[in-house]
Amino acid sequence: MAHSARRDCPELPDFSLLKRLARDRLIYLLEQLPGKKDLFIEADLMSSLDRIANVSTLKQHEVDKLYKVEYRPVVSTSDQLCFLIRPRIQTVKWIYVANADKAVGRLRKYHIIFTPQKFFACEAVLEEQGIFGDVTTDEWSFYLLPLDDDVISLELPEFFRDNFLAGDQRWVRTAGSALHLLHTLYGPFSKVYGIGRFSKMAYESWREQVEEGEQRARQAEIGTVFLIDRDVDYVTPLCSQVVYEGLVDDIFRIKCGCVEFGTEVTSDKSLKVMLNSQDKVFNEIRNEHFSNVFGLLSQKARNLQTAYDKRRGMDIKQMKTFVSDELKGLKQEHRLLSLHISASESIMKKKTQQDFQELLKTEHSLLEGFEIRESICFLEEHIIRQVNMMESLRLLCLLSITENGLLPKDYRSLKAHFLQSYGAEHLLTFSNLRQLGLLVEQPAGETLTVMESRVGKLVNDKTAGKLTGAFSSLAKKSNFRALSRKLNLVPKSDEEYDLRVPRDMAYIFSGAYVPLSCKLVEQVLERDGWTGLEEVTKLLNGQEFAVTADSSTKSDAQRIVIVVFLGGCTFSEISALRFLGREKGYKFIVVTTAITNSSRLIESLLGNIKGSD
Amino acid sequence: MAFITANWNPLGEAFYRKSELYEMCWNLRDGLRDCLVSAAPYGGPIALLREPHKRSPSSRPQLEIYSASGVGIASFPWKSGPVVHLGWTVSDELLCIQEDGSVLIYDLFGSFKRHFSMGQEVVQSQVLEAKVFHSPYGTGVAIVTGSSRFTLATNIDDLKLRRLPEVPGLQGKPSCWVVLNQERQTKVLLSNGPEIYILDSTSCTAVCPPGLGPQAGSIVHMSVSFRYKYLALFTDSGHLWTGPSHLQDKMSEVDTKKSTPPKQMVWCRRPKSQQPSVVLMWDRLLMVAGVCNDTIQFPTEDQCVLVGELDGVRIISSANQELLQEVPLVCQDIFKIASMAPGALLLEAHREYEKSSQKADEYLREIKEQSMLGEAVRQCVEAAGHEYNTDTQKSLMRAASFGKCFLTDFSPDLFVSTCRELRVLNAVRESSVGLPLTHTQFKQMTLQVLIDRLVYRQFYPLAIEICRYLKIPDYQGVSRVLKHWASCKVQQKDLSDEAIARTVCLKVGDSPGVSYSHIAAKAYECGRTELAIKLLDFEARSGEQVPLLLKMKRSQLALSKAVESGDTDLVYTVVTYLKNEMNRGDFFMTLRNQPVALSLYRQFCKLQEQETLKDLYNQDDDHQELGNYYVTASYREKRLENRLSLLQSAVDEYNKAKNEFSAKATEEEMRLLRFQRKLDDEKGAGLLELSLQATMEALLALGLHKQAEQLYRDFRVPDKRYWWLKLKSLAEKEEWEELEKFSKSKKSPIGYLAFVDVCMKSNNTYEAKKYVSKVTPEQRVKAHLAISDLEGAADAATERRNESEMAAVLSRCSTSDRLLIDRLNRARACAVKK
Repeated sequence: MAHSARRDCPELPDFSLLKRLARDRLIYLLEQLPGKKDLFIEADLMSSLDRIANVSTLKQHEVDKLYKVEYRPVVSTSDQLCFLIRPRIQTVKWIYVANADKAVGRLRKYHIIFTPQKFFACEAVLEEQGIFGDVTTDEWSFYLLPLDDDVISLELPEFFRDNFLAGDQRWVRTAGSALHLLHTLYGPFSKVYGIGRFSKMAYESWREQVEEGEQRARQAEIGTVFLIDRDVDYVTPLCSQVVYEGLVDDIFRIKCGCVEFGTEVTSDKSLKVMLNSQDKVFNEIRNEHFSNVFGLLSQKARNLQTAYDKRRGMDIKQMKTFVSDELKGLKQEHRLLSLHISASESIMKKKTQQDFQELLKTEHSLLEGFEIRESICFLEEHIIRQVNMMESLRLLCLLSITENGLLPKDYRSLKAHFLQSYGAEHLLTFSNLRQLGLLVEQPAGETLTVMESRVGKLVNDKTAGKLTGAFSSLAKKSNFRALSRKLNLVPKSDEEYDLRVPRDMAYIFSGAYVPLSCKLVEQVLERDGWTGLEEVTKLLNGQEFAVTADSSTKSDAQRIVIVVFLGGCTFSEISALRFLGREKGYKFIVVTTAITNSSRLIESLLGNIKGSD
Repeated sequence: MAFITANWNPLGEAFYRKSELYEMCWNLRDGLRDCLVSAAPYGGPIALLREPHKRSPSSRPQLEIYSASGVGIASFPWKSGPVVHLGWTVSDELLCIQEDGSVLIYDLFGSFKRHFSMGQEVVQSQVLEAKVFHSPYGTGVAIVTGSSRFTLATNIDDLKLRRLPEVPGLQGKPSCWVVLNQERQTKVLLSNGPEIYILDSTSCTAVCPPGLGPQAGSIVHMSVSFRYKYLALFTDSGHLWTGPSHLQDKMSEVDTKKSTPPKQMVWCRRPKSQQPSVVLMWDRLLMVAGVCNDTIQFPTEDQCVLVGELDGVRIISSANQELLQEVPLVCQDIFKIASMAPGALLLEAHREYEKSSQKADEYLREIKEQSMLGEAVRQCVEAAGHEYNTDTQKSLMRAASFGKCFLTDFSPDLFVSTCRELRVLNAVRESSVGLPLTHTQFKQMTLQVLIDRLVYRQFYPLAIEICRYLKIPDYQGVSRVLKHWASCKVQQKDLSDEAIARTVCLKVGDSPGVSYSHIAAKAYECGRTELAIKLLDFEARSGEQVPLLLKMKRSQLALSKAVESGDTDLVYTVVTYLKNEMNRGDFFMTLRNQPVALSLYRQFCKLQEQETLKDLYNQDDDHQELGNYYVTASYREKRLENRLSLLQSAVDEYNKAKNEFSAKATEEEMRLLRFQRKLDDEKGAGLLELSLQATMEALLALGLHKQAEQLYRDFRVPDKRYWWLKLKSLAEKEEWEELEKFSKSKKSPIGYLAFVDVCMKSNNTYEAKKYVSKVTPEQRVKAHLAISDLEGAADAATERRNESEMAAVLSRCSTSDRLLIDRLNRARACAVKK
C-alpha cells in the first residue's frame, strides 16, 4: 500500500499450528492402518492435503501409491485401500470396490477417512450398498486450512449451495466446530457479533461445544468474532473485481492459494504459483486497484535495478558477500516481478477491451441506480450476442437485487432471450436463482400479499425461524437501495476518486461502491454492537446478534478480529478488510467456508444437468 | 483414660482388642440358629435365610435383609428352590445360589434383578456347596456338584463358566475347600482326607504344605486371608497350620487342643501388620491364634457369625456386633501403659494443659528436646483415625492441634483431612445408617464408592451433605447423587406425574451433569410415559431428548427436537427411523411439517431415490418442482421419444403451477428438438442438444438459410438476434456482397456500427468504410475510430462538439498528427467555453 499502517496494529497469531495439528492427526490415522496401503484421495481435497502433508510425508507412513477417487474400477493391487474423502453421498457411492472384490472373491482391507467429519447419510449409503460391514471408517477433523497469514478457509465450496439453496444444514455444525477449534487454540473470544440465520446457528453450535468441553483460562490471542451469512450481501460478490488479487482470481482462478498461469503469461509452459504474503512482489500489489499496479511494478523494477547496480565498483570481498547474501533474493524477486508483470499484461489485454469498460459502466450505473433502461438494453444485447453467459447471469442478478426485482415484462423477455441463446436447461438455473432471491420478478401488489401470507404461515410455525424458505429470502433481498442510502455505500459520483490514495473501502470497486459486508463489520466494531443500526438490520431481515463477555478490558486481542463468512468471501472483501484494519488499527483474520467470486457463486447455482445435483 | 487399654489382649508382641460396634437393632426370635447368614465385607448388609431347608409350601423360609447395624431393609418369603449359599457382590447385590445351580440376584431392597445358571448338568447332580468370592475381575461364584466336579464363574457380570478338571478319588464333596486368587488366576484348593489338591482350569495337582507332617492328620477346615495372601489349615488333630497361600513356606503351627473342627475360621490381620492371626469359632468359644503360637480365648454365649474384613474381623451375634482387630502400632505407642512415645507425651501434655497445670510445659519441653513434636502430632492424628470412640478421637485431635501450635512449618493437610474424614466416618457409622467402616477400609474403598453405597441405600440427604462438606466438584458429587435420587423418585408409584416432575425439577434445577433425558428414560422404563415426556421438557439439549422420544414412539416430537438441536445427523437418524416405521403417506406428511428434515431427505433422494423425490413433490402438490424434476429427468434420457414425453409431463406440471413462461419455454424446447431431429435425419446436421441460437448459427454455417429463416419465424426470434446472427455468419464466411445486400434489405435494428465492427474483425477496412456513413451520429466517432480514420473521427467529434469524444480521438493521436491535435485542442477549448 502506498501509505503506512497505523503503528498500533497488533500482531497476528500464528496459524501454522492448525496445519501441524491437522498433520499430526492425519499421521495418527494413517498409523492406525499399519502396513503398506494405497491412498485414494477425493479430487478437490488434493490441494488442501498437499498443504498439510506432502507426498514424502505420506510415503513415510507407508502410503504406497496415490490415486484420485473416481467412478471407475480400482486398479490398485494393494491389500489395504484407504480412502480420504469428503462426506458426500456421491463419493461414497464411488467406493464400490468392496463389492467388486467380493464378486471375484478377493479379500482386502478398506478404510474410509471422512474429513472433516462423517455423516450418518454416508454410512446409510454404505449400508444400502451392502458394504457397511466390510469397511472401517474414521474422521480426520481437519477443519481449517490457513491459506495465508490472515486467511483461513474451510475449503467447503458446497456450503453455499447446500445451505442456501437446498436448505441442507449439515455443514453448519462443521462451521461451529471450526469456530470451536479456533476458540480453544486462540480464544477465549470475548465479543461475538453476527448476522444471518446460519451465523446464529453456527454460533449456537459452537456455544454448545464450549459448554460440553473443559474450560481453560488462558490469555486470549483473538478477542472478537464477527459472523456473516453470504446471503446478507450478494451484491459484493457479484461485482467485477478490480483489485489485483481479485482480478487474478476472476481471470486465472486461484485454487487453494495457488494459481496456474497459462502460456499467455509464461510464454513457454504453464506454471503453478503460490500467491501469499511470502511472495514479496505479490504482497505489495495484491490489494491495489489495478490502475496502480503497473506503476508499483515499474517502481519495483527500478529498485531492483538499483540493487543489481550496486555490483558495479565492488571489490572482490564485497562481491562475494553480495553474491552469497543478496543475489539469490534479488533473482527470486526478479523472477516474481517478471511473472506478475506478464500476468498484469495479460489482464490488461482482457480488461481494457471496449466490452469490459462498458460492462463496468453498466455495473456502476446499476449500483448507483441511474440509467436503468440503458443497462437493460445493454444486458439484452449482451445476451443476444452471447458475449459471455456467466457475465450475463451475473448482471441479471445484480440488476434484480439492486432494483427490487425485474419488471414482469423485462423478466420474461430477458429470460426468453437467455434461453434462446444458451438452451432451455437454464429454466432450472432460473428456478434456482429465483429460489435464492437473486433473480426475481417485481412482485405486483397482489402477489405480494399472497407471499406475505405464506411467509406468515411459516413464521407461525415454531421452527420457521430455522428454515430456508425461499420466500423469506425473497422478501429481504429487495432493499439494496435503502441500505445503500443508510450506510452510504455508493459515494457521490461527481467527486474525483484518487485510486492511488484510497479514502475508503470503495477503492476496491474503483470508488463506486463500499462492500456492504465489510461496511457492516466496520459499523458494528465502531458501535460495539448493533445499536443504532436497527433500520439496517431490519432491511437485512434481522437475525443479528451480539454477545459480549463481561471482561471488557481493552487488550490487543480485542483488536484482532475474526470475520467468518458462511457461504464464501471474495478477495476484494479481504482487501477491503485489510484496508479497514490499517485505517482503524485492527487486524482482521478472514475465515471463510471457501473463497468465492461471481463465477463460482453463479456456477454453483446452474441447473446442472449431469452434475452433482 | 487408662481404661482404653482395658479391652486389649496381648498376643505375642501385639495386642488385640474387641470393641463393640452396635447393639443390633434387629429382634431375632431364635437368634442365628438354623439360619443361612451372609454379611458383606466393608460394613455391608446382612442377609438371613431362616430354616433354609423347610420345603413345605405352607411355610416357606423367610429371606431377610438387614443393614450392618441390624436395621431391617427387606423381608419376604422365599418361594424359589432350596438355597445352598448366600453371598454379596461387590456392588451390594445378593446372590442366592440354589441347589439346581441357578443363581438368583436381588438388590439391597429385595427386588429381583436377574438370574443365571451354573450349568445345565448341575440340575441333575445338584450343588453340594458353593462359595462367593471377590477378585479384581469382580464377584465370582464357585460350586462343587454332586458328581464331585467344580465349576467357576470368575465374574458374574460377564458370565463365563469354567468346569474344572476332575479330582482323583473324590467322592461327594471334599472335606473342605477354598477359592484362591493367585497370579491373576482363580484356583480351588481342596482337601480330601489326607490329600490336598490345587485345581486350576487345566490341571489338578497334589500339594503338600511344608512342615505339615503326616502326624498332624487330615485337614478338616481351611481359610484364606482377605487378599488371598495367607492360608490357614485346621487338621483333625486340632493343629492349626498357617503359611503363605502359595504353600512354599510355613509361618507357624499351633496346637489348639480342640478335636472338633471350628464352625468358622477367619484370618484377622491388617495391612502391614507383623502379627497376623486366625480367629476360630466353636460353639461357645472364640479363639485368636497368632503365628507366635500364642492364643487368646473369648467365651461366647450366643451363636455368632464372623465376617472377615481388610483389617479385622466383625463378630455378629443376635444381640450385638463387635470388631476384633490388632491394635494399630501407633495406638499401642500412645496408649500403652507408661509409653514414652512422643504422641503419648503430647497427649499427656495436653491433658495437663487442660487442667491448667504447669506440667504441660514439662512434657512439651521433653518432646521438643528430642525434636519430636512433629512426629508427636502425626502420631496423634493417625491414632485418632484408628479410634472408634468419638471421645478418644476428640482428645487425640485436640492434643494434635495443641502440639501444632508450637510448630511453625507443619503442613495442616493431614490434620484437616483426617478431621473431615472422621466426621464423615462417624456419620455413616451411626446405627441408623449402619456402615461400620474403619479408617483403613474407608481409604481402601475411596470416597466415591462410599457415596455410591450411600446413594444405593437411598441415604440421599446424607450423601449430598457429605459431598458438600468435602467440597467434591458438583459433577462427581451432588449432581451424581441428584441423578440417582431423581431416577429413584420417578419410580414412586403413589405420586402423580405432575407432582414428581415438579419435585424433580425443583431439586435438580440445572445442576451440571444431571441429564433429564436419563431420568426420563428411567421413568419410561417404569412405564410412566407421560412423566417421561414431562421430564424431557426440562432437558436443555434437545439432541439428548431424541433417542428416548423415538423409543416412546413420539416420533413427531423426536423429529422436531432433532431439528431444534441443529444436528443434521440426528435429524437424519430420526428420518430413517420414521421411514421404516410409518407408511409412506404419514411419513411424507410428517416431513412436510419439518422443512429442515425435508430438505435433508430430498438431498438424499436426489442422489439415491429419484422416484421418491417425485412422490415427495406430488404429495406437496409442488407442480413447479415437479416440472423441474421432469426437465432434469429428460436430460438423463437418451432416446428422444422418452425425452419428449418427460418434457410433456413437465409442461403439464408447469401449467398446473400457473408458470406459463416455463410451460411455453418447455414447449418451444420440444418443438426445437423435433425440428433438430428432422434436420439431423434429413441432412445429418448434428443439431440435437443445441440451443436455438446455436442451431441457427449451425444452419447458417451450413448454408441452410431457408431453414434458419423458418426457425426465425416459427420461434419469433427477435429481429435484433437474427440480424446479429446473420451479420456474424456472413462476415465469418467473408460473403461481403451478401452482407451488403442484407444491410440494404431493411433498416438495421442493431444499427450499423455493428457492421463496421464485424468487417474490421476480418480486417476488411474497405468493406467497413461502406457502412460508416450509415452509422448514427452518436456512434459515428466510434465508427471512424474503428477504421482508424482519425480525420473523420475528429470531424465528427468537432461537429458534435462533444468534449469526451474529442478526448477519445486525441488519445489515439500520435505525435505525427500535429495538425490534427492542434485542431482538436482548439475545438475542445471552444466547446469548453460554451
